Amino acid sequence: MRFVIFVLLMATSAMSFAKGVYLSSEAFVKEVFAGTPPAPEMLWLTGKKREHAEQILQHRPASLRTRYWKKEQRTVWILEEVGKDKPITVGLVINRNKIERIRVLVFRESRGDEVRHDFFTNQFNQAGLTKDHRLTKKIDGITGATLSVRALTKLAALALYLHTEVSKENDAQ
Amino acid sequence: MYSRIVISAVLLAFGLSGPASAADSTEMLKKEVSALKRQNKLILDRLEAVMDVAEKSPSRKGASHTRLGGYGELHLNQLDNNRVGGSDKNEIDLHRLIVFLGHDFSKDIRFWSEIEIEHTKVDDEGGEVAIEQAYIEFDLAENLLARAGVVLVPVGIMNETHEPPTFYGVERNNVEKNIIPTTWREAGVSINGRSGALAYDVMLHSGLETSAADNYAIRDGRQSVRKAPADDFALTARVKWTGIAGLELSAAIQQQADITQGNDATAGSATLLETHLAWQTGPFTLRALYASWSLDGEGPAAVGADEQTGWYVEPSYKISPKFGVFARLSNWDNTVNSGADSETSQTDVGFNYWPHGDVVIKFDYQTQDAPEGSDEYDGINLGIGYQF
Repeated sequence: MRFVIFVLLMATSAMSFAKGVYLSSEAFVKEVFAGTPPAPEMLWLTGKKREHAEQILQHRPASLRTRYWKKEQRTVWILEEVGKDKPITVGLVINRNKIERIRVLVFRESRGDEVRHDFFTNQFNQAGLTKDHRLTKKIDGITGATLSVRALTKLAALALYLHTEVSKENDAQ
Repeated sequence: MYSRIVISAVLLAFGLSGPASAADSTEMLKKEVSALKRQNKLILDRLEAVMDVAEKSPSRKGASHTRLGGYGELHLNQLDNNRVGGSDKNEIDLHRLIVFLGHDFSKDIRFWSEIEIEHTKVDDEGGEVAIEQAYIEFDLAENLLARAGVVLVPVGIMNETHEPPTFYGVERNNVEKNIIPTTWREAGVSINGRSGALAYDVMLHSGLETSAADNYAIRDGRQSVRKAPADDFALTARVKWTGIAGLELSAAIQQQADITQGNDATAGSATLLETHLAWQTGPFTLRALYASWSLDGEGPAAVGADEQTGWYVEPSYKISPKFGVFARLSNWDNTVNSGADSETSQTDVGFNYWPHGDVVIKFDYQTQDAPEGSDEYDGINLGIGYQF
C-alpha cells in the first residue's frame, strides 16, 4: 500500500498540463514557417479526390474540405483520424512529395499515446507515396497501440496525396 | 442572367448600338457583374456556414459524447482428440460478440464499458453474458490517469488488447488463457502513467478465488466481479518500455493476499510474475511471453500447483499489408510440481488475411502434446473477426 501511495505522489508531482494537448495547430504552423506562415488555403475533397481519400482512410472522410498552408514546395496539413474511439489531431509537413515532419498535436485516447513520441514519428520522415497510395517506407508498429499507429499511417498517406493534388492544381494554373 | 450579359456583350462587340446606348450597356454590365459577385459571396458564406455545422456534428465518429464500438469472432474448429475415448471437437461457434459503450461526462472524466455475449446464448450447455469492463476514468494530468470500476488487469500482451484483427491465430493462445486468465477483469482502482518511453500501471483490485477442487487452477479462480467475496485483495504493478520504434518490453508483478479468499486454511498468498517482449521490424514481428505463479501453502504444494508456469514464442511475417503468416510454440503447466507429466505444449502455424484493416479471416493448424489421459487436440481452425 505504501508503494501505491509513493507511486501516486511521484506521478502527480511532475504534472501540470491538460491531458493530450501538446501543441496548438496555430503554433505548429507558425513553427514550421519560422514565425511567418502564409495565409491558409482550402482544398475541397470532391470527385476523384474524395474517392482517393476514402480509399486511403478506408472510410469516408469526415470533412469535405481541409485547410492547408503552402509556401514554395512545402505544404502543411492539420488532419484528424480516429484511432480506437477518439480523433487524434496531427500536424504534417510535406516537402517535395516527401514527409518532412509529423507531430501529434492532440491525443485524446486512453491508450496508444506512444505514437506521439519522436522515436515513432521520426520513422515517417522522407516517406513518399506509391501509385496505390501506400507509404514508401515500412512503419514499425507498437503492440497495444495498433489503432493509433494505423491512424497516423493513414494520415501520412493522405497528406502526401493531398500535397500531390495541390501541386497538380498549381501546375495547371 | 448570364444570357443577358452575353447578349449585351454581343451587341457591344458588333457595334450595333449607338454611343449613348453603348454607355448604358456598359453601366448595365457593371451592375450585373456586381450583382453576380454579391450573389457568389452569399453562396460561399452560406456554404461555409453549412460546412461549419456539418463538421461540428455529433454524428461524426469521435465527435459525440457517447461512443459505440465492438468486435466479434466466429470460429470453426475441426479437431481430433488423441485421448483414447476422447471426443473430437468439430464445431462452429460465434465465440464472442462484444459491444463497447463509452461516454464523456466532461473533458477529464469519462465512462468506458465492454459487454460480452459468448456462444450466442446462455443456457445449461454454457454461454455467458459478461461485463468485461465498466469503469470511470479520470485524467489527473497530461501523463497520468486513474480508473475506478471493473478494469482489465494490466498484465500480458492480450489481456488489454484482444480484438481479433490485432492478433494471429483463431483461438487466443493457451498461456494467456490458463496462466494469465484472459480476459481477466477485476474491480478496483488503477493508476496509469507515463514518463517518456516508460509507462507504469498500479492497480489495487479484487482477488482470485481458487479451490482445492479445481487443483487451484488460476483460470477457475476468476470471479468476474459477480457478488464476489472481497475478503482478500490483490495488487498488480507493471512497467512497460517502448523507447525504440517497434519494440515493447514489459514486466508485471501481482501479489494476491489469499488466493482462496480465506476458504482454504492450507492455502494462502500467491505471486504472479510476467514478462514479455513484442518486437516489430519491417514485416517481421516477434512476440514472446513468460508467466509464472507461485502459491503459498500446503494445499497447493500437495497437488503440485504451488508453481504454475507458461510461455510462448510467436514469430510472424507480413507478406503484404493484407496477408501475414505466423507460427507459435506454447507451453503451459498448472501443476508443475506434481511429479507427474502435467505439461501441455502446442504448435500452431497459419495465416491472417485482412480484406479491410478492421476485418480479418484466419486459418491455422494446431498440434498438441498433452499429458497422458488428458484431451489432446490436433486439427484446423478457421475464423472470421472484426472490430469497429
